[in-house]
Amino acid sequence: MSENPGLIVRDLEIFSADGQTLVGPVSFDFNPGQRLGLIGESGSGKSLAALAIIGLLPDGLSSRGSIELGGRQLVGAPERIMNTVRGTDVAVVFQEPLTALDPLMRIGKQLAEPLRRRAAADGERLTRQQLRLLVRERLADVRLPDPDAIALAFPHQISGGQRQRAALAIALSGRPSLLIADEPTTALDVTVQSEILDLLDRLVDERGMSLLFISHDLAVVARIAPRVVVLQKGLVVEEGMLADVLANPRHAYTHELVDSARSLDNALDDALNGRDA
Amino acid sequence: MTRRRDRSAALIAGLICVGLIIAIALVSLLYQPYDPSDTSGGRLVAPSLAHWAGTDQLGRDLLTRLMMGAQIALVAGGGSVVIGGVLGIVLGLGAAFATRWLDDTLSAVLDILIAFPTLLLAMLVIAAQGASLGSAVLAIGLAMSAIVARLVRILAKRVLAQDYITAARTSGSSWPSIIGHHILPNIWPTVLVSLAIQFGAAVLAEASLSYLGLGAPPPNPSWGSLLQQAQATVYTAPLGAIAPGILLVLLVVGMNLLADGLRDVGDPTQRRRA
Ligand SMILES: Nc1ncnc2c1ncn2[C@@H]1O[C@H](COP(=O)(O)OP(=O)(O)O)[C@@H](O)[C@H]1O
Ligand SMILES: [Mg+2]
Repeated sequence: MSENPGLIVRDLEIFSADGQTLVGPVSFDFNPGQRLGLIGESGSGKSLAALAIIGLLPDGLSSRGSIELGGRQLVGAPERIMNTVRGTDVAVVFQEPLTALDPLMRIGKQLAEPLRRRAAADGERLTRQQLRLLVRERLADVRLPDPDAIALAFPHQISGGQRQRAALAIALSGRPSLLIADEPTTALDVTVQSEILDLLDRLVDERGMSLLFISHDLAVVARIAPRVVVLQKGLVVEEGMLADVLANPRHAYTHELVDSARSLDNALDDALNGRDA
Repeated sequence: MTRRRDRSAALIAGLICVGLIIAIALVSLLYQPYDPSDTSGGRLVAPSLAHWAGTDQLGRDLLTRLMMGAQIALVAGGGSVVIGGVLGIVLGLGAAFATRWLDDTLSAVLDILIAFPTLLLAMLVIAAQGASLGSAVLAIGLAMSAIVARLVRILAKRVLAQDYITAARTSGSSWPSIIGHHILPNIWPTVLVSLAIQFGAAVLAEASLSYLGLGAPPPNPSWGSLLQQAQATVYTAPLGAIAPGILLVLLVVGMNLLADGLRDVGDPTQRRRA
């Protein structure tokens, strides 16, 4: 095993308050800097798996098994530890940027808070001016036009795509080694969707982050992750390189997924020709 | 659009009413026409240049006492709102974060407190502390804290269920930071409106206590005690009852108008898009 063993999920199970098994047991892993696509229809347990990794399962839900990140066990880790893991080791981008941003707080302030926290964790105290410059820089990093105006805007005053870029800037503010993107483009128009995917692709590459990309849409995953895990009803039904899975789906459910992917041709092309089409 | 114009009209009308009472109270801090206990004016003198509002049955200048009453009304409203607001917000947030049974227990206690008549609660406090403006404010503030706590609890729970709280937690925000940055700012507009309404209710409650002789002891010039004193002579000297009544209505209605007008303030989603 390598020195920094990335993310290793072993026999993860998630239970509801009444003891029902919602997810698992599932196992998957990937090395630092790698990307993994988590595919499955709505309700298959993708989001719960993501929330379990970051230790934020909804009230009443519990998890069992093992989630190791950079050699550290996260299942059952105390809240004090999880709070240092969140944001700095793992961060999440959610599906709906409008509800994931505080409607009453300006974008700049929502970004400044985790930036300040990350600096404090590194033993730095930022002045207001430094923080303002950093906010502008980070908004520019996610290719937001006119960062100064965006920083002063409330979430409802900017477009859906701009909101998702802002949410991405917030997620990246703690310089996490693993980014979990839970259907980050599902709520967006197709053209905007494509721009966000390109941005995500580039940022993950530039920063050498690992990426867990969650989607119900094979065509979208095909653009960003070479390896996939297919979930159905909380269980892993298929796992492997996307090209192999597409060319030779072993499980009936994967067949269905492949058949139902509307832009199957594009997906195949992208997968067979490598990510960058 | 009309709705919003109504609201800004309410805000302005409320500011004028409340501002007038505040102005009267401020003036009375610096200048009073007569000493409030000066009885040299003669009993129940009709309004004149010397006594603009006449005198009461002890010969004290009514205008002076009305002006002093504005101070008492504002202290009663403000003091109760501070006690009720701070205690209510702390209790409400506590309940919102508490474990299930603690939350249930707190909620039950709050429901009982809210059902308990404020005047009865006030009498208990006064029995323990003696009749004074402080006792009245404490009792009214305690009663108010239950109402505020119940509101804060439900609002905080609603905010806690929002995606942006989960999102903030995924970026490592601690609970104190989430309370300060997300919960309080999001519940504040609604809490503020409620506190403005409660302010008016507290003013009325203090006047009622003083009317019953349970407020600050004489010669306390609370509008409630002025009303009580004027009761015996209401046919011969009606101004003694009308004037404190009008001031009371002005302040209470003013606070309610202010509350209505405040509903849009602090909600940027109501502002124009950039
Ligand atoms: N808070 C919860 N309490 C109980 N069941 C839940 C809760 N959240 C999700 N579930 C259930 O767990 C399953 C997986 O949900 P989820 O992970 O959100 O699916 P996906 O993200 O793949 O669409 C679903 O059947 C859902 O109904
Ligand atoms: Mg989901």
